[in-house]
Order: sequence, then C-alpha cells, then structure tokens
Amino acid sequence: MDWLAAGVRSVCAELELLLQATRPIPLDIRLRIAPGELVALVGPSGSGKSTILRCIAGLHRPESGFIRSGNEPWLDTETGRIWPPQKRRVGMVFQDYLLFPHLTARQNLTLAMNGGSAAQCRQRADALLEQVRLAGLASRYPAQLSGGQQQRVAVARALARDPSVLLLDEPFSAVDRTTRERLQRELALLRRSIDIPMLLVTHDLEEARSIADRICVVQAGQGLQDADPETLFRAPATARVARLLGAFNIFHGGRAGTEDTPELCWGSLRLWPGKAWQPLRSGPVDWFIPESDIVLQHPDGPTTGETENRIQGRVVECVPLGTRTSLRVACAEAGAVLNLDVPSHRARRQQLAVGDMVRLRLLAEGIHPLKPE
Amino acid sequence: MDWTALRLSLELAAWTTAILLPIGIILGRWLAHRRFRGRGFVEALIALPLVLPPTVLGFYLLSAFSGEAPLGALWQQWTGGSLNFSFTGILLASIIFNLPFAVQPMQRAFETVPAGLREAAWCCGLSDWRTFLRVELPLVWPGVISAFVLTFVHTIGEFGVVLMVGGAIEGETRTIAIAIYDRVQAFDDEAAGAMSLLLLTVSFVAIGLVYGLAGRGSALRVR
Repeated sequence: MDWLAAGVRSVCAELELLLQATRPIPLDIRLRIAPGELVALVGPSGSGKSTILRCIAGLHRPESGFIRSGNEPWLDTETGRIWPPQKRRVGMVFQDYLLFPHLTARQNLTLAMNGGSAAQCRQRADALLEQVRLAGLASRYPAQLSGGQQQRVAVARALARDPSVLLLDEPFSAVDRTTRERLQRELALLRRSIDIPMLLVTHDLEEARSIADRICVVQAGQGLQDADPETLFRAPATARVARLLGAFNIFHGGRAGTEDTPELCWGSLRLWPGKAWQPLRSGPVDWFIPESDIVLQHPDGPTTGETENRIQGRVVECVPLGTRTSLRVACAEAGAVLNLDVPSHRARRQQLAVGDMVRLRLLAEGIHPLKPE
Repeated sequence: MDWTALRLSLELAAWTTAILLPIGIILGRWLAHRRFRGRGFVEALIALPLVLPPTVLGFYLLSAFSGEAPLGALWQQWTGGSLNFSFTGILLASIIFNLPFAVQPMQRAFETVPAGLREAAWCCGLSDWRTFLRVELPLVWPGVISAFVLTFVHTIGEFGVVLMVGGAIEGETRTIAIAIYDRVQAFDDEAAGAMSLLLLTVSFVAIGLVYGLAGRGSALRVR
C-alpha cells in the first residue's frame, strides 16, 4: 500500500475521553473512538464541538476529566497530569487551516515531522502530498494555492507528525460547494488507509452522515447521543436529538394495547407500532417517524387493511424542491401536521395542490418511541 | 569632517541597537499577545520619548545620573566613575529615548501573526522556542529590520538628550550631531555642510529601506 511507502508508522491506539466543565464553556461528554473509526461531532454552532477538539489537542483545559490515547494519559485532572500539545501526538486540521504562510507546502509538512534526515523528511513529505493529490505543488506557498489545495496541505501536515489521533475542525467549511463535495469524497477515500481514531467536527448533517462511522450529537457541550448514522436518524433517543437532527415529525401520543400487541393512541387515531414498543409501559409518550417512512397512497389504490396505519389529511403546504417535493399534511383526527417528501414527478402526476385530501400510510417499523428528557 | 565624532556616533548606535533589539522583541511580543490591566499605561510609557522634549528627558536623566541620585550613586560605587558626561551615560539615555522606535514596529509585526498560528505550530510538535524561531520570527522579520534601522538612524541623529546628558567631550560624548552644531557655532559651514549631507543621505536610505520592507511585509502577511 502506498500509504506504507509514505513511511507512516501507525500507532493503533484507542482514544478515550471524559470531559466536564461548567465554565467558561460547559462540557459534559464521554467518547471512545477505536483505531480507524471516524466519529463526527455534530451540533449547532457554539455548542462546544471545537472546544472538545481543543481539549484533546491540549489547547484548552477542562475542569475535570481524562483523555487517554492507548496507555498514554494525555490528561488526568485527578492526578493533575497534563501533557502539553507538543507531547500529545495529535494531527489537527484547523477550520481556517492555519498553514505557515512563509513556508512552502513541503516545508509546512517537514516542519511538523519529528526526526529523520532532511532527505528522508523531504521524501516523506512528497509522498504525503501525493497521497492528497498535490504532487507537483510542493514548492508553492499557501497564498499560491486554492482553498481546496490549502485544505489538502493542512490534512497532509496533520498526518506528517505521524499522529495517534486525527482531529478535523470543520475542515470543509471554508470552500465552495463543489470543492467541498470533492474534498469529502477524497477524505472518505483517504480515511480507509488511516488506522488511527479520527474525530470530525461539523455542523453539516449530510456530511456527518456520509463520512462518519458514528455520530455524536452535541448541544451546549453535552453529548446527547452517540450512535451510527442509520440508528441515529431512524431512532433518535430524545425529542431534543430529533430536533437537532432537523426532524419535524415529532408527536405526542399514548402507549396502549397489550404487552405483545402494543398500540399507539394519537388523537382519536389508533396506530400499530413495531416491536420496539413492546417493552414500553402504558402511558403518555413522545414519538417520531422519519419522513421516509410516511408513504403517500395512490388515490385509486386498494383500501383497508387495519394494520397498515392508514390516515387521512389535507395538504396545507406543497413546495417543489428540485427532484423532491416537500409536503405538509394536516391530519384532523390526530390534531397534528405531518411532513413528508415525495418525488416531484409523482406530485405532478397526482396533481397535488394545497387543500387536497390525501391518504398516507405510516410504516410500523418507522414509528419510534422517544425517551422523556 | 569630524571622523572621531562619526566613529563615536556609529559605536553608540551599534550598542544601542544591539541592546534594544532583544528588549524590543520581548516587549513587542508581550504587548501584542497579552491583554492585561495597565497595558495602555505601559504602551504610553514606552511612547513617551516620542512626544517629550529632548531637553525634558535630558534634564531628568541628568538628575538621575548624578552622584546624589540612587542610580548615579550606585553606578559610582560600582565603577568609580560618573554616568553624566560619559559614553555609558549617553548609551543609557539612548536606550531609553529609542524605546518606542524599537518596540512599536515589533509590536505591530507580532500583532499580524494570528494566535492560531502558534497553536498550529504546537500541534505540529514545535516547542515554544522552535515556534518562535521557525514560525514567528520569519513572519515578523520586516518589523525587526524596521526597528533595527529606525533605532540605529535615530541614535545617530539624536541631539538634545545627548547634549544634556553628555555635553560635548571629544571622543567620549561628542557625537556627529553635536559636532555639526559645534561647527556651525564656529562658522565652519563647510564641515557642517559635509556632515549634514552625510546624515541626510544615511537617514534617507534608512527610511527608504524601512518603507520598502513594509511593502514586503504585507505581501507575506497571513491572508
């Protein structure tokens, strides 16, 4: 593998941390990242995501907690042990890259390398630059590179130190959309050859969803839920997480029925949710359904079939957004408004308009109970 | 042309610059990066020689250097000589009145280095000292050169303070600026003219150099 040819000795150690603070930025998060795993921290801006990275890098000190990389204790407030940033083997990609403006791309990399002869460093730097598709631009100064190229130099520089953890702070936020998509693809490719823990900070949910193995939702410095993207988007733990993930279909209902055949009372409606509801006790409950699990029925389609969770509603909003059309449907029986997405050609064919009555089906496995906060 | 005076001036300027450069770097960097109470006061104190009449500064230094004042007495105890009317005396005076010329360009230069860049260097494994040497210093060198040139030239040209503290002792305190004044008093316009032309040329070249570097500096600045 050319990654090995680049001379990168990988220290395959797990990163484990617990950070707590009340001031100046509140923190309460516990994370464990396996070698080769990419975890995305998502949350609104000002939620302390970058502060978590700065804590790991040693640029910010939490009130209490610990950070361990393998058996290296980078921080332990109980014993008062705090390693300086230089001693922690972090590779950090800053939001605005912070390349050294007076050094060429190659020199930016060699300065970050520890040990080896000048020739060796040079050779390794060139190999790393080739890895990020910058071969031939090694002698350029940062000011002579485009935003996307600067970002790649920043990634290569972070790796040049032969780090035991890679930290990426909003690495795609300073470039235009096309470049961002290309860089995201490149990172997705590059990460396969990196076998150290990786932590990506982003406020772009789609980015997190497409690149990360796991997503940790952060609000006000607090880790709310930590799960793989599929689980997270289909089964957010609480209404707060669901809202942070941009979900609309959060409703209030009640658990009824027997232990084996749970039912969901929603307004005057009675729905049959999936098996996930079996262990739930009877009583009021908040629930969520992903837009993808609300199916628009064909107006002339077959009717009935009680277990199909059919409901009726009136279209109150119909907004075509390119290939998808966003619908809002008010359901009088439930006293709620549902949001769903249909293909635009379908909306056109059915001539959907505001005021139309439509029939919807809620897929049982999509109906997900939310934990009280 | 008074060659002794010229040599004395150059010596004074060289010593002043050599002592002030490290002081300027430390103070300039400190003032650029630290926010603390009383910072404005410190900055004002450093800038004071820019606006103070040289005779006022000279008067206070003369008093401080005299054998009755603590500083002058201490010096006398140490060396047996007086600070007033000596080379050491005008060197000390020089260092004080050149403080703004050494500190201010460095402070401006250090202010253009983003704090994040130092953190980036630490995250690249660079120690504080290597960060300073390999990242900060290369970025502030136009400021360092400016401070160097301004201090050097300003020392050569200083008249009032040197005259107050040092008088005009040949080979000890009579700098070229004072020699020009002496020559004019003696109606020796030819010598005064030659020395004035020399100072004019040196000053112009020096200022040209500073402005040229300022242009270079902005090209290097972080985007």
